[in-house]
Amino acid sequence: MLNAFFTIIKHEMLITLRSAHAWLIPLLFFGMVVCLFPLTLGPDTDVLKKIAPGIVWVAAVLATLLSIENIFRADAEAGYLDLLLLSPQPLAFLMLAKIISHWLVYGLPLVMLSPLLGMVLQLTPAASLTLFYSLLIGTPVLSMMGAIGAALTVNIRQQSLLLPILILPLYIPVLIFGTNAVMAADNNLPVSGDLALMAALSLASMAFAPLFTSLALRTGANQ
Amino acid sequence: MIPQWFKNYFFSLRAFYQTSSLLLPWLIAAFSVCFIYGLAGGLFLAPADYQQGDAFRIIYVHVPAALTAMAVYSIMAMSGLMVLVFRMKIAAICMTCSAQIGVWFTFLALVTGSIWGKPMWGTWWIWDARLTSVLVLFFLYLGFIILHSVLPNNSGRDRACAILAVVGVINLPVIHYSVIWWNTLHQGPTISKFARPSIAPAMLHPLLAMIAAFLLFYGIILLTRMRNEILLREIKSQWIKEEFSHELA
Repeated sequence: MLNAFFTIIKHEMLITLRSAHAWLIPLLFFGMVVCLFPLTLGPDTDVLKKIAPGIVWVAAVLATLLSIENIFRADAEAGYLDLLLLSPQPLAFLMLAKIISHWLVYGLPLVMLSPLLGMVLQLTPAASLTLFYSLLIGTPVLSMMGAIGAALTVNIRQQSLLLPILILPLYIPVLIFGTNAVMAADNNLPVSGDLALMAALSLASMAFAPLFTSLALRTGANQ
Repeated sequence: MIPQWFKNYFFSLRAFYQTSSLLLPWLIAAFSVCFIYGLAGGLFLAPADYQQGDAFRIIYVHVPAALTAMAVYSIMAMSGLMVLVFRMKIAAICMTCSAQIGVWFTFLALVTGSIWGKPMWGTWWIWDARLTSVLVLFFLYLGFIILHSVLPNNSGRDRACAILAVVGVINLPVIHYSVIWWNTLHQGPTISKFARPSIAPAMLHPLLAMIAAFLLFYGIILLTRMRNEILLREIKSQWIKEEFSHELA
């Protein structure tokens, strides 16, 4: 079982690393969306500082939604998804591997870029660091929840905005805790409470989301 | 695992169709009593609020609508769970019909809250914790309805929608509490406007009657819609021919 788990992660990483710059697209999107805000709201330091956590988190959500939409689509078209569905290994476990590899490829680069964006948006170093931590703990939730939506909509091709509509309401808690933590750090307040709550959300979503994802994929396949 | 008599009864669309036709007149009678008493009590018998004057009377629509909206979502999610665990057709019908009704109750709660907020708070909308959670509830309902309308019409559609309903209801308390904490951390206690002294009996009894009336109204509409849906789904089956044979003859 563990073997299958690591094989899937390795396989997914290899595919992404060998397909030319596919992983760069959400990252560039993330950076560009963040850069639009200073350009439209003006370069006022106080304003930027105040809205920086929100901007970075919303941009991360948008970038995740863009990339997660295709997490199962290519696999479904190639027939690889059917092989996973037929495999004797527990499907939820395989889905956990798929989602984790999605996060490693698309989520982690956003996290790595975030302290830089925090500095650009005039956050203090402490707040930038908290932004980094909050994204590190929180972006897995985005991938996990997004995978449920992607599994539900994998057979619907023409509606590309459907996934965000289904999933965005479920992102609200993690957005609230994530931005709260950064704002608290900017005001020199303790941040461990918010980060701990986010870690709880993250672990809970890791426990439940693969189950619902596999259930949704089986439903789609049985039609 | 499930007793056979239970299966015969609750898994059978025909049994549901026949029982519901017996139940409907009673529901309508109970609704009429509650609604007339609630309306008369709320609009005429209850004294005007000492602070809000007559404007407070919108509570008799707003609170029942908001409560019903939340109750309907939980019923919808419970039916969704039944769809996933027992593959009950009747639960799937209940789930989709509930969503279409619940979204309107949520809309009504938002609109009446907004109309109430304008004279009381001086604004149509504030980002208060309760308002925001009801708004999120509205989005969850809309997501469900849109997913249902986009998926192709087969048994997979019911299960996919059931998954969304169950995931939504697991998240609803988390969303609710996160919104409360977000609000209290940022905005200060504007919510204390809700904490008026406990309500007088002359105001409370019509309110309870209105809540009962709204829930009964939901029950009536739900049963009617479910009966329609059953007829649509089972249109080719033998029992429907038997059911309507005296009308066709």
